[in-house]
Amino acid sequence: MKIKITTKELKSDFAKEVEERSGIDVKACYQCGKCTAGCPVAYEMDYMPNQIIRFVQLGARREALTSRTIWLCASCVTCTTRCPKEVKIAELMDVLREISLEEGLANPLEKNITTFHQAFLNSVKKHGRISELWMLNEYKMKRPKTALQDLVVGPQMLSKGKLSFLPHDIEGKDAIKRIFEKCKPH
Amino acid sequence: MRIGYYPGCAITKGSSSEEYGTSVLRVAQEIGPEIEEIRDWNCCGASSAHATNHKLSTALSMRNIGIAEQDGIKEILAPCPMCSQRLIISQKDVQDDEKLKKEIEDIVEMTCNGGVKVSNYLEIIKNYCMDEIANKLKKPPKDLKIASYYGCLLVRPPKVLKFDDPEDPKSMDEIVKAIGATPVDWEFKTNCCGGGFTLSRPNVVLKLTNDILEGAMEVGADAIAVACPMCHANLDMRQKNIEKEYNCKFNIPILYISQLIGLALDIGPISLGINKHFVGTESVVNAFS
Repeated sequence: MKIKITTKELKSDFAKEVEERSGIDVKACYQCGKCTAGCPVAYEMDYMPNQIIRFVQLGARREALTSRTIWLCASCVTCTTRCPKEVKIAELMDVLREISLEEGLANPLEKNITTFHQAFLNSVKKHGRISELWMLNEYKMKRPKTALQDLVVGPQMLSKGKLSFLPHDIEGKDAIKRIFEKCKPH
Repeated sequence: MRIGYYPGCAITKGSSSEEYGTSVLRVAQEIGPEIEEIRDWNCCGASSAHATNHKLSTALSMRNIGIAEQDGIKEILAPCPMCSQRLIISQKDVQDDEKLKKEIEDIVEMTCNGGVKVSNYLEIIKNYCMDEIANKLKKPPKDLKIASYYGCLLVRPPKVLKFDDPEDPKSMDEIVKAIGATPVDWEFKTNCCGGGFTLSRPNVVLKLTNDILEGAMEVGADAIAVACPMCHANLDMRQKNIEKEYNCKFNIPILYISQLIGLALDIGPISLGINKHFVGTESVVNAFS
């Protein structure tokens, strides 16, 4: 796939920014493509994992941060495991997602994924632990188009006692709320 | 020695994979080790925290480590590989970065030095229970071929987790052998099942799990053994969806390795939570009688 990027869009300090935040040295990548070859989700991505690294090297900030790829990364860590230059690619995806969210650049086509993360963390913030049923409920309310897809599995889980109506509140849930407050991005 | 128990959200009572927790605890009663739940533990934040907020992910994990340290716990069993991976990575991150350590201690309002050993379930069995399994083996199965499925998080990233071979792990196969079943050689031991995408990107999960189930079928496995609640949920609870999507029939039972150990020790299937599975497990249970 041909990608056109003009030099005036490039942010030359992007690689440095990423390195400062995460300690990941993207300059080490020599584009062998091993990360992409082993990525189980590459077939769904708009850019291949090695292209995302190239974007960061070149300073193509917007391309990297608005890609669907960073959200589709399943964090299986196969790429990091196999990289001959020890570039932590899976961990790089974490940093890119973080910056992408902070700047409101998350690709709307992967809204299901970002909404899921939000619903998951809201449940932890509220109770200290995941309350799967209520997390599921929040996610489905926010993404009504996904409501039908679990109509078979959901009730079966309930009948087998694999979902509980009672949230699992911990004693230190106020401490958890303070953790969330203090970790809010500035 | 007392080992701290960090079940994590997915395997506690009333959760999607409670039978993993049930069977881990039941088996520990028979063959040890002695375990004690971490006081007032909280969720590690799993993928949703580390994928969106590194500091939050580290803080959530480190609160648990701080509590364990206060209670004098030196080793933690975290049967969920997502939890064990997060607890290990977070400790390494604070140990490598003094500034981050101070910041995290301020956030969680306690000291956390980060020197607690965190072990996954396979490690605990391998390190403490192999002799006990040999001594108490009552019902080794007849002709049961098991595909050991490790998934991602038990072995990756290998530089941090330092557990088994990331491309061809053997520890679960050794346990399978120890209970008298036959481990099969197959190619999908550490392939990804799609993990947490089961709600947000089910199509990805269906494709990846279809590949894994096909791989197990090809080598004639009677069942797949897992040690991860997400792997189990995707392979077991989603199996009907996979069959429908790809117009095929698998009907492969998916069991936690703890349940297989339990069956070989002659613990009743119900007290191992085997009745909680979606795909029928009678063929496996019968092989043990």
